[in-house]
Amino acid sequence: MKVRIALALFLAAYVICAGYAALFVAPDESTMHEVQRIFYMHVPVWIAMYIAISVAFVANVAWLRTHQIKWDWLGVSAVEVTVVCCTIGLISGVLWGRPAWGIWWTWDARLTSTFILWMLYVAYLLLRGLIEDPQRKATLSAVFGIFASLDAPIVYFSNRLFRTQHPSPVFFGGPDSGIAPEMARVFLLCMVVISCIAILILVDRYRLERLRFEYEELRQEVESRSLDSQFASGKDKS
Amino acid sequence: MTTARATAILLAKELRLEFRTRELLSATVVFALIVVVLFSFAFNPTAEESRQYGPGLLWIAFLFAGSLMLHPSFGREHANDTLDALRMAPVSSFAIVLGKMLANFIFLAVVEAILVPVFGVLYNISLAGIVARLAIVLALGTMGLVITGTVFSAISAHARMRELLLPLLLLPILAPLLIAAVEATVGLFADQPQLDRTWLAFLAGFDIVFFTASWILSDFLIEE
Amino acid sequence: MPAHGTPPSAGPQSLGISFDGVEKRFGSFVALRSVTLQIAPGEFVALLGANGAGKTTLLRIASLLMNPTRGNISFIHDSESSQPRSAAPRITNGASPKNLIGMVAHSTLLYDELTAEENLTLFAELYGLSDISSRVANSLDACGLASRAGSLVRTFSRGMRQRLAIARALLHEPRLLLLDEPAAGLDRQGLAWFSETLERLRADRCTVLMSTHARNESLDLATRAVSLANGRVEHDSGTGGDPRPILAAVRANSRGDNQ
Repeated sequence: MKVRIALALFLAAYVICAGYAALFVAPDESTMHEVQRIFYMHVPVWIAMYIAISVAFVANVAWLRTHQIKWDWLGVSAVEVTVVCCTIGLISGVLWGRPAWGIWWTWDARLTSTFILWMLYVAYLLLRGLIEDPQRKATLSAVFGIFASLDAPIVYFSNRLFRTQHPSPVFFGGPDSGIAPEMARVFLLCMVVISCIAILILVDRYRLERLRFEYEELRQEVESRSLDSQFASGKDKS
Repeated sequence: MTTARATAILLAKELRLEFRTRELLSATVVFALIVVVLFSFAFNPTAEESRQYGPGLLWIAFLFAGSLMLHPSFGREHANDTLDALRMAPVSSFAIVLGKMLANFIFLAVVEAILVPVFGVLYNISLAGIVARLAIVLALGTMGLVITGTVFSAISAHARMRELLLPLLLLPILAPLLIAAVEATVGLFADQPQLDRTWLAFLAGFDIVFFTASWILSDFLIEE
Repeated sequence: MPAHGTPPSAGPQSLGISFDGVEKRFGSFVALRSVTLQIAPGEFVALLGANGAGKTTLLRIASLLMNPTRGNISFIHDSESSQPRSAAPRITNGASPKNLIGMVAHSTLLYDELTAEENLTLFAELYGLSDISSRVANSLDACGLASRAGSLVRTFSRGMRQRLAIARALLHEPRLLLLDEPAAGLDRQGLAWFSETLERLRADRCTVLMSTHARNESLDLATRAVSLANGRVEHDSGTGGDPRPILAAVRANSRGDNQ
């Protein structure tokens, strides 16, 4: 318990540092000036999302192979982190795009693909919500999750192929090419911090899922033991 | 009981069930027609626009109609728990899934065979000379739709709100298929009809990837 | 190949089933807790217990429709003629004996939109049986549905559907029969046929595991009574024991509670 609070405080301190760095320390960017600073949050969030997607994929496969419930906990946690990161990424992208390029949205390859990805993983969560039996929920969502993960690269690839035949402005190429060293340092800091936040959320969500499960187990056990003792003392079963 | 033989038996059963009433087939044809007709009200396309947007319309009609039609694939087995009866029989899970996939493919092919000529007439798009190539594109696209749709029918059969859930799961997954199929069809509707090999290869790749995934995961779909 | 209608040839392979520490949970709800039970080939077991005791779950695990959460089941093969009585029956775990298991469940497991004949033919084909048309015809004849062979099951009464469901379960001549309240909905004619069938099966050393919670004449055929409560085995008359005291107790209970 104490360790977790300590870690959270530690991380909070880092977040403040990173935020300060992103807002004040990093040098001003030549074309977009202040708005560009969203980049320090925006890109790391995508990186965190891709990591979460990979974790989800591994968890889905592991559940199907081993049927150990912890993989299901990991899977749902990873997908929730994915959806959160994706939502933040999409919204921050829109917020960046509007002042920087004057439009809210465009159907370029990367944006479209990411939006579809968002839909896929939201569908995963919806699916889970609609299945009662926990075993089935885990298995069927794992199967869907695997299909979604297989689809993700295909989605990106097809959009690339599609949209390059119909040229449109590309928004997010470039920051990695020729990034100034001061910016790179701030970026790295922000990336580490955001990844840590994502991992912390993941671990916490996993823990929540585990606790829920254990609570249910205990509750059932108590219930059935009381049923047993009622039975033993010869009372009517309800 | 080999998988091939079991699949054949189950396919025959699916066909017999559907062709006896033909309810699903007729409903699907009508629904797809409605989509196609409504489009003309919403957009009022000129001849040139029809050629440009026609393929998109056609494939969207198929996707929507298909995803409605695919739901009963496993949904029907809920009545009287007949899926349990199939599971108890000495047939592989994949045979059950494959039997339904093939049946769904045949049903959708029938719907398309009816719809495409009607579409050609309504939007004045000449299909002469491209029928064979169009059939290839339709086949590959339909395969992808049917493969993923049957799998998701199995998944959503266990969930609440299953009629709504199936399209919700299916349509995002099929986004790449939609792109490829539409682009390939656009190539065929052009003045100089051309079969775009890139998109065809893409469709084939999509089909192979998800067919393989279905094969590997079929046990999890069927078993409890 | 034995001629249809006559009992299987001498020395049919009997199939018993062994539950070893079987536990089944649905999420956190525990339907079965550590059930250990050995049912020898040829036994006729009456499975008793109130609703929710776990009878249906046990049967579904036995029919390989479900896997236990913990523990495992294995099948006991026992060939009558080939081995002397003293030899221990073989327990095999790996090979799937789906061909030897038949089940009558809560639902009819029949396709409403197919005819009686089509339903039976479908399952005969799936089980890889030979001589299908004559088998199906005989089966329909035996359960009294021959005149309705070409009618859709949708048009059948409850009693007729149940008869067909039982016929379906018996079509491939299973050696282990799992019955979940099989008499439910049967009309008088059906009940008579059903009792006859059970007697014949018992004589053939077909292992029967029948669950019921109401008064049921077929219970008189039972060689063993096992009662479940709250997911556990409560009473067991054992192989070779006398099931009657347990059966009588259950009958008394059911009369008292008006179940």
